[in-house]
Amino acid sequence: MFETLILMLDATMRVSTPLIFAALAGLYSERAGIVDIGLEGKILGSAFAAAAGAAIFGSAWIGLCFGIMASISLAMIHGFACITHRGDHIVSGVAINTIVAGLTVTLSMDWFGMGGQTPTLSGDARFLSITLPFADALADVPVIGLIYSELLSGHNILVYLAFAMVPMTFWVVYKTRFGLRLRAVGENPHAVDTAGISVAFIRYRALIVCGILCGLAGAYLSTAHNAGFLKDMSAGKGYMALAALIFGKWRPVPVLFACLLFGFLDAVAVRMQGVVLPGVGEVPVQAIEVLPYVLTVLLLAGFIGKAVGPKAIGRPYVKERA
Amino acid sequence: MTNNTVPFAIELRDISKRFGAVQANKDICLQVPAGTIHGIIGENGAGKSTLMSIIYGFYEADTGFIEVDGKRVDIRSSQDAIDAGIGMVHQHFMLVENFSVLENVVLGTEGGALLKGGLTAARVELQRLAKEYSLDIDVDAIVEELPVGLQQRVEILKALYRGARILILDEPTGVLTPQEADHLFRILKSLKEQGVTVLLITHKLREIMASTDNISVMRQGEMVAHRETQHTNTEELAELMVGKKVRLTVNKDDAQPSDVFLSAKNLTQFDGQGVKRLKEVSLELRAGEILGIAGVSGNGQSELLNVLSGITPMSEGEIQFAGQTITAKAPKDAAQMRDLKMAHVPEDRHKMGLVTGFEAYEAAVLGYHNSASYNGKILMDHTAMLEECKVRMADWDVRPPNPHLKTANFSGGNQQKIVIAREVEQNPDVLLIGQPTRGVDIGAIENIHEQIVKLRDSGKAILLVSVELDEIMALSDRIIVMFDGAVVGELDAKDADERTLGLMMANAYNKEEQGVSA
Repeated sequence: MFETLILMLDATMRVSTPLIFAALAGLYSERAGIVDIGLEGKILGSAFAAAAGAAIFGSAWIGLCFGIMASISLAMIHGFACITHRGDHIVSGVAINTIVAGLTVTLSMDWFGMGGQTPTLSGDARFLSITLPFADALADVPVIGLIYSELLSGHNILVYLAFAMVPMTFWVVYKTRFGLRLRAVGENPHAVDTAGISVAFIRYRALIVCGILCGLAGAYLSTAHNAGFLKDMSAGKGYMALAALIFGKWRPVPVLFACLLFGFLDAVAVRMQGVVLPGVGEVPVQAIEVLPYVLTVLLLAGFIGKAVGPKAIGRPYVKERA
Repeated sequence: MTNNTVPFAIELRDISKRFGAVQANKDICLQVPAGTIHGIIGENGAGKSTLMSIIYGFYEADTGFIEVDGKRVDIRSSQDAIDAGIGMVHQHFMLVENFSVLENVVLGTEGGALLKGGLTAARVELQRLAKEYSLDIDVDAIVEELPVGLQQRVEILKALYRGARILILDEPTGVLTPQEADHLFRILKSLKEQGVTVLLITHKLREIMASTDNISVMRQGEMVAHRETQHTNTEELAELMVGKKVRLTVNKDDAQPSDVFLSAKNLTQFDGQGVKRLKEVSLELRAGEILGIAGVSGNGQSELLNVLSGITPMSEGEIQFAGQTITAKAPKDAAQMRDLKMAHVPEDRHKMGLVTGFEAYEAAVLGYHNSASYNGKILMDHTAMLEECKVRMADWDVRPPNPHLKTANFSGGNQQKIVIAREVEQNPDVLLIGQPTRGVDIGAIENIHEQIVKLRDSGKAILLVSVELDEIMALSDRIIVMFDGAVVGELDAKDADERTLGLMMANAYNKEEQGVSA
């Protein structure tokens, strides 16, 4: 039983990683006042670019750079529409998602001719598991061995990076000048403007950070978690991340736990495949897969209290007196 | 005024600014000696706020320039203004509400990429400022939990922390209680003693007389007078502010007031922040009279209209209307008030009077859209609506008489005619009408005034709110003056003149009378 739990938590970490990257990406963007429904598109775009880059150059790291570049470019398009031209954030985000869904498949058919996939990656073209020191030696120690060797050891570098991003984000948002201005610009951009700081510049920088993190999420999907790009492989992770962001009330640590919860439910869904429960029979896997979404709706509908977002979110800043 | 040894703290030369067709500022010149408190006074819309926005870099002037300490400065952004030593306390505070006082103060001048050092230094500096200017405040308090008076103090501290030597305050007492306002003026005095130059923008005569060294008066975008405070008085300032306008005349007979249609007792209303916007207002409205509510805008007239029409619930008091007693515990909403035959022409026709995206015939039934005459069994009866709209457009001379034109595409006057026609044609007993001719051209003004008088002569009761003194004096039979949410005076229209009303609107009337008798 304990071993089962550890294995499920182990799976949770793997499944949660892209959610954590993407939710933190959303945190930077939304804390700065930019609604980012386009997380999904940025993840997918990055997944494709990373897989394509890795396939061509044979290096997961080069793939990652491509993924991040693609994702930042998409974030800049979003910024150009929402910040510079004061467009509607939702419309721009949805447009990005739609374009990317089509563009990735089209490009991969043209470049690789494999029915919308990229070549299967192997060796250096993927991020491989890292075995932490002494993991093998400790594997046989009861309890600790299982926790250390199974749960903590044996993930790829991006998994560790995702978890490291949480305290990092906390530090940036609450302890640095950039963080202070980021939070201020999402709450009351007029206050930032009258303090002599450019609202647009801060929002663009927030979107660059957002792009980098989404790039990591996408690259993780195609070059670490899987071995190549598949059509629509982001599979709603961007929306899940957005839900986790709201669920965690736009704060790094609660957001982490929201991501872990959603990841855990996903791991349960996989685990429950084909399991026959007494009195119920075989649980349809769809019933479990739908749980995170149902949970989000239920919890957001009132169980966690009001989720009050940044006050100025979604509103273009017009330099005028209130 | 010229003194070559001491340059002015700030000097404006021929500042002009135009927004489309509106000349907001015209050839403004202003000289403010260092270390003085300088008041700028004028009615709403006189261009004071525009001028301050130019000084603080929100807008760029079309022509003219600004000198600070005798040196010409080019202010293109707020940062330029801050660098020039100008600080501003905005009417609507520019604070991040869920930040602490400390975080708000350092925002923009954090002193390094990491917050820690900057915050520690700011804490020390704030303590020094607090001591020097008696601006005590808990620097770790969250701003939204502070009362407005203290929030304003944060704004002042923000400016001082940035090294402001010239402090602009835009309508600083609008949100303050009298006690808080008194405290503010003590703070301003101590700032002045420390050599800070203060520019105080207000439309409240009493405050400006009590706290300033010099006063400049603005009217319709122009600087019309400069006075030393000790050589002027509220009467002169009131006249300068309002100006001598050509008096509108409306042909009307004496009113024949009869039954009381509506009576309000001790109406009180608190806004969302707990500020008392309406203070124990009592009034009676009789059939066949026009009761005018005069006052500088923002002194509770809008709140009064909203409470009477049922849009906002009252906090205390009661209204007797159409045989019903309406109280805070037994409220009636706007639709119920309409059913009792109260019509309302709101002050802001774009926000409350019309849906500008609607076609005229649709806008012409708003609020009465459930009435049987506009509805079939299931669907709305568009033919009936169109027919009626055509008739009304002819009767009220709405141009162009096209019921399918979007309301946004009518001129202000014709939009207003659509709204007034809608309300009046329902044959109400009481008509509440706010700013009936704001943004309306001269020809339409006359027409609207005639219609209002006609309605009165047919035995209806009309409550007119207007910031235009001319309009109040031309139309009203009786005038009530509001100041700071309370009724401060009532007089017969025959006894009203601009001077008396102006003083009453500034709440300076009784004080002056007492001063004469003492």
